[in-house]
Amino acid sequence: MTPGQRRWLFLAAMACLAVFLVWGLAGLPGFGDYPGPYGDIINRIAVSQTNATGVVSAINFEYRGFDTVGEEFILFVAAAGVATVLRRLRGEREGPARDEAAGRELQPTSEAVRVVALALTGPAVVMGWYLASHAQTSPSGGFQGGVVLATAFVLVYLGGQFLAFERISPVDLTDAVEALGAGGFAAVGIAAMVMGLPYLQNFLPLGTVPGAVSSSGTIALISFFVGVEVAAAFVLIVGELLDQTLLVRQGSE
Amino acid sequence: MNVTPVVAVVTPYTVTPGLMDALQVTILVLVALGATAVVLTRAPARQAIVLSVYGILMAVLFLAFQAPDVTLSELTVGAVALPILLLLTLAKVKRREK
Repeated sequence: MTPGQRRWLFLAAMACLAVFLVWGLAGLPGFGDYPGPYGDIINRIAVSQTNATGVVSAINFEYRGFDTVGEEFILFVAAAGVATVLRRLRGEREGPARDEAAGRELQPTSEAVRVVALALTGPAVVMGWYLASHAQTSPSGGFQGGVVLATAFVLVYLGGQFLAFERISPVDLTDAVEALGAGGFAAVGIAAMVMGLPYLQNFLPLGTVPGAVSSSGTIALISFFVGVEVAAAFVLIVGELLDQTLLVRQGSE
Repeated sequence: MNVTPVVAVVTPYTVTPGLMDALQVTILVLVALGATAVVLTRAPARQAIVLSVYGILMAVLFLAFQAPDVTLSELTVGAVALPILLLLTLAKVKRREK
């Protein structure tokens, strides 16, 4: 195929795409127009039914909790996949940890970066736990909290060095914690079944005051497990990539 | 079925609808510009940084459209986690090329 023909083929394909795109856009409901009944129903009943004022969390961990289990295991499998693909292969060896940038001198970590990273580590831990443990009262949840918690570990790497990162997050421990988080979520569902209820049915006391931290039963518990799982998964993935970047050399080098 | 319409709640932080519209249009334009900037940035390491800025813009967009939970996810994943993973991968690829 000559470049000229290829261009015509591309232009024809783009024209078709544009037609379908405009056709599809023309059929969209108006801006801010919500047609379905479910959102309105949930908005009316969620708080009184679950005692969780964070209605998004109530939906994620209660009304469509089964869906969230699936999403949870996507992340779990992704982290396991990264750990498997990036394991040390034959012909690779680990050298001393050092940052390298192609084509320039190695820069020592500046004092400014160290101070900022050090100052932010504590708040990141507190913020992460706050978000993960307050899904029932605020628009947060285990996922957001878990990622914020994981950034605390990345800050330790930025402010200190790779050895400190490895010391506070050994791979075996991170693996185990990740499995505990993912398994804990699934186990909450199974616990409901053991009690003769449908999978993931909320079986814990809901508390008396909507919006109290101790309210909402399994919603808060599941959010906690999700936070643990997500934090461990991200630390694992970043750790494996840091391993690859800093330690592993090709055997031929 | 009978669905009671959601009653607008007025708080000290309530802004007039016109102001909210202006905010939403502004952030939509900024996100469009940010996405274009990501595509037009050719150097991968630079692109990761621009992508991080774009993630922050997206987070503000979600906030302006009343989805604070998605804002939190987008801030952590789009502005922090994704660029970090990209930069680490780039560092590894560059070393292998060397």
